[in-house]
Amino acid sequence: MSMPFYVSPEQVMADKAEFARKGIARGKSIVAIEHQGGILLVAENATSLSKVGEIYDRIAFAGVGKFSEFDQLRKVGVRFADTKGYAYSREDVRGRGLANAFSQVMGEVFTREIKPLEIEIIVAEVGDDRYDDHKKNTIYRVKYDGFISDHPGFCVIGGNVDDVESVLKNDYSDGMPAGEAAKLARRSLDAGAERSSELDVASLEVCLLDRNRTGRKFCRLSTEEVQGMLNT
Amino acid sequence: MPLRGSYNGSSFFELLQLEHRHLLPDVTAWGQGTVEGVPHGTTVLAMRFGDGVLVAGDRLATAGHSVASRDVVKVFQTDPYSVMAISGAAGPCIEMARILSVELEHYEKIEGESLELEGKANKLAQMIRANLPAAMQGLAVVPLFAGYDTRRKIGRLWKYDITGGRYEEAEFDATGSGGIYARESLKHGWAADLGRDDAVRIAVAALTAAADEDRATGGVDLERGIYPVIRICTNAGQTEASEEEIAACYRTILEARTAGGNL
Repeated sequence: MSMPFYVSPEQVMADKAEFARKGIARGKSIVAIEHQGGILLVAENATSLSKVGEIYDRIAFAGVGKFSEFDQLRKVGVRFADTKGYAYSREDVRGRGLANAFSQVMGEVFTREIKPLEIEIIVAEVGDDRYDDHKKNTIYRVKYDGFISDHPGFCVIGGNVDDVESVLKNDYSDGMPAGEAAKLARRSLDAGAERSSELDVASLEVCLLDRNRTGRKFCRLSTEEVQGMLNT
Repeated sequence: MPLRGSYNGSSFFELLQLEHRHLLPDVTAWGQGTVEGVPHGTTVLAMRFGDGVLVAGDRLATAGHSVASRDVVKVFQTDPYSVMAISGAAGPCIEMARILSVELEHYEKIEGESLELEGKANKLAQMIRANLPAAMQGLAVVPLFAGYDTRRKIGRLWKYDITGGRYEEAEFDATGSGGIYARESLKHGWAADLGRDDAVRIAVAALTAAADEDRATGGVDLERGIYPVIRICTNAGQTEASEEEIAACYRTILEARTAGGNL
């Protein structure tokens, strides 16, 4: 009779984490950055498959890693948010609750399944000046194992977080104009990629959570609109 | 929040049916007989005009012979290019308009693009069909649905019956207890190339005519400052006629009648 090999839980977790990290490291980066008029989400993405999406009135989602996995998570988030907003009220759908729910799902998969999710996500919630308790922007990052963290100002996920982050750390300031934030986001993504020329505008996927809109604050910017922002 | 629920499609209504049954009414548990005494919405109308489509509704809800509410809203924006106007049992009607607006937004978020106007009208038909058991018990939902078809560049409108039958109208339509009078009035003023202001004017006239003949229709209430809701969909999106504009139209109608000795 053959004995099954004993593998320590530490080893199992370390192997899974290593596997997930490798998958994520292959992907390009995404930056979420706060500015005067809201939160800008910028992804290096030349394909027509979106990495950034709308969840609810003030909440956006961005994911890196395996497309099918984070897109499935995004849809689950939309279902969760729409059901909650229908059963209660639209103001009751909050970023923190949603980020926590994502964290639960990802943590659950990490411990129970053989293969962890090879993804990392951002949940961004823009403030609204109509209510005293909704004024602040919040950006959450959830990692492949469900680890959740809160990032004031900006947040980076994806392949080369450190290089991208170092540019943002140096140049980010609170209350930047939208155009400056867009330029900084592009510059930081440039630093994260190994290429000689500047990132082409057409290969950027840019979405905005616009503080000043009423109702659904999410909008996807066209290449012309992005160019216009970068020219300011 | 499960990563894989039992429903993986893009319809919010189906999601509720499959995974959140408790959020929908369970008509099978109500037993036989009809439900009495619930508020009913009365007259709503929709018409095409030169630039798009207009939808209007008075503000009265009645329960039997009593006023249930004087300022209920029966015309709802379901998305930036579409409007639903309700007549019938107010509770289920308003809820259906709410579900439809979540449905359209939900589809857009899941799929990354909006439904075609015809797709929206069709989805509403399915929801009305699902409401048939409740309709048999007296809680009928008979809405009008209208919107601007951004692909064909025209305004379009549909009426429904309680079985979910969906009928596209080329000109105008009105439903509810005062619908017949509103239609009659529209027939005299309507033309395919009507301008926006004229469309608002004949809509106010039609609601005024309906309120005159049908006791359950509210019309314009200058004393209380309660005005019909009039929404307009064109290529530029959706707008609502202001109370001032509606009041002005109404005063003109009254003046013309007074001048003609027809009060």
